[in-house]
Amino acid sequence: MKISYDDILIKLYGILNEMLEDAPELDENTDLLADLGLDSLAVMRLVEVVEDEFDLAVPLNILADVKTIKDFSEQLQKMLEEK
Amino acid sequence: MAFFDKLRPLAEARQRLAEQGVDSIYVVMDEILSATEAIINGRRSILVGTNNYLGLTFDPACIEASCKAAREEGTGTTGSRMANGTLSGHVALEKELAAFYNQKEAMAFSTGFVANLGMLSSLMGRGDVILLDADCHASIYDGCRLSGADFVRFRHNDAAHMGERLRRLGDRAANTLIVVEGIYSMFGDQAALKEIVAVKKKYGAFLMVDEAHSLGVLGAHGRGCAEEAGVENEVDFIVGTFSKSLASIGGFCVSNHPELELIRYASRPYIFTASSSPSAIASTREALKIVQHRPQLRQQLWDNANQLYRGLQELGFAMGPEPSPVISVRFKEAEKAFSCWQGLLKEGVYTNLVLPPATPDGGSLLRCSVSAAHTSEQISRIIAAFTTVSR
Repeated sequence: MKISYDDILIKLYGILNEMLEDAPELDENTDLLADLGLDSLAVMRLVEVVEDEFDLAVPLNILADVKTIKDFSEQLQKMLEEK
Repeated sequence: MAFFDKLRPLAEARQRLAEQGVDSIYVVMDEILSATEAIINGRRSILVGTNNYLGLTFDPACIEASCKAAREEGTGTTGSRMANGTLSGHVALEKELAAFYNQKEAMAFSTGFVANLGMLSSLMGRGDVILLDADCHASIYDGCRLSGADFVRFRHNDAAHMGERLRRLGDRAANTLIVVEGIYSMFGDQAALKEIVAVKKKYGAFLMVDEAHSLGVLGAHGRGCAEEAGVENEVDFIVGTFSKSLASIGGFCVSNHPELELIRYASRPYIFTASSSPSAIASTREALKIVQHRPQLRQQLWDNANQLYRGLQELGFAMGPEPSPVISVRFKEAEKAFSCWQGLLKEGVYTNLVLPPATPDGGSLLRCSVSAAHTSEQISRIIAAFTTVSR
């Protein structure tokens, strides 16, 4: 499935803005935990929404390498390319 | 970051508990009086949080078997199954487990946690996929991590959600292992195994069921949720523990796949752990006989569970979804759960306090586990104690 990195970013911004009541200004370097304060339950909710948005099954083990929105977008791009 | 800084959040959480008057998260049982009573803080207390479903911890036959094994075979094996730690009792227990479950193969592990860790980490590897229920036990999550496989979770007990993920996995679905529990340890609800099996078959995936809380509790012969749901032939691996209904310590896996025997040569948590002590193996074997020969214990357990569930429900508590030997009272605020838990201890009732992040939904729980050994009068006293602390 072809989808650009920028399109993934835009979708992620949209999802996070919808999830968070008072989302700060988001950019690629926004840290999901430190800047957005996502706890483990919120991260699981985010994964579920992302799975539905991109029609993916997202393995939780990739989250070990995900700190920022950029990290997450890159992981998603990789998974979508392999699909 | 200094070396111990990573532990600071734990220190802060413990400090918050200390400010509420708790200097330890552990309750010390000063003296165990029976399967259902202990002295805690100098007070005679009813135990309703010990997973002792059939109440066999003080069964005379189990105790005698355990003592005899210790006298004849010693207090420990001092070695792993692959070295000097396989005694005739370990082999006999594996045969008895295989016969009990009508499966060809069985492996005994040193604990239930190690059974999940040992099975998942050796059965699955890089490139494989594990699909697990969101509410699975920590040992399953840790087994997934240790395996190196991709692990994807699905919404708790939601077979459709699970199927959607299998569809998205495409060709990988056929080599996916689905992992669920028979009875879930937090809310006491049963796996929707019929629905899960139907989806599993559609995609050709494999299924592992952890019967830790359902062995001895469900099914006409006490084999667990798979027996209760009539889907035993569709389950590829059953894992479980000796530390609940069987009132000992240890874990196991049974399967009709002959490849289970090969896991012995691959499973590091199996190979590099000392095997269960002769006394633990002996009491487990005795308890397994009791599960098969005293079905009235199961009936008594369910009578008690229904009495407690109904009693607490009538008090207006938020509960788990169905009557079960695991009965959880749910609280939104940890402080309220904590004060009720302390109040119950003062009333002479021991329950499990479960706080986030250990809970699935971010709430807090007072978890009760009912025993066949509870008397109806004890259950009434537990309900009365809940009445007092909820005022």
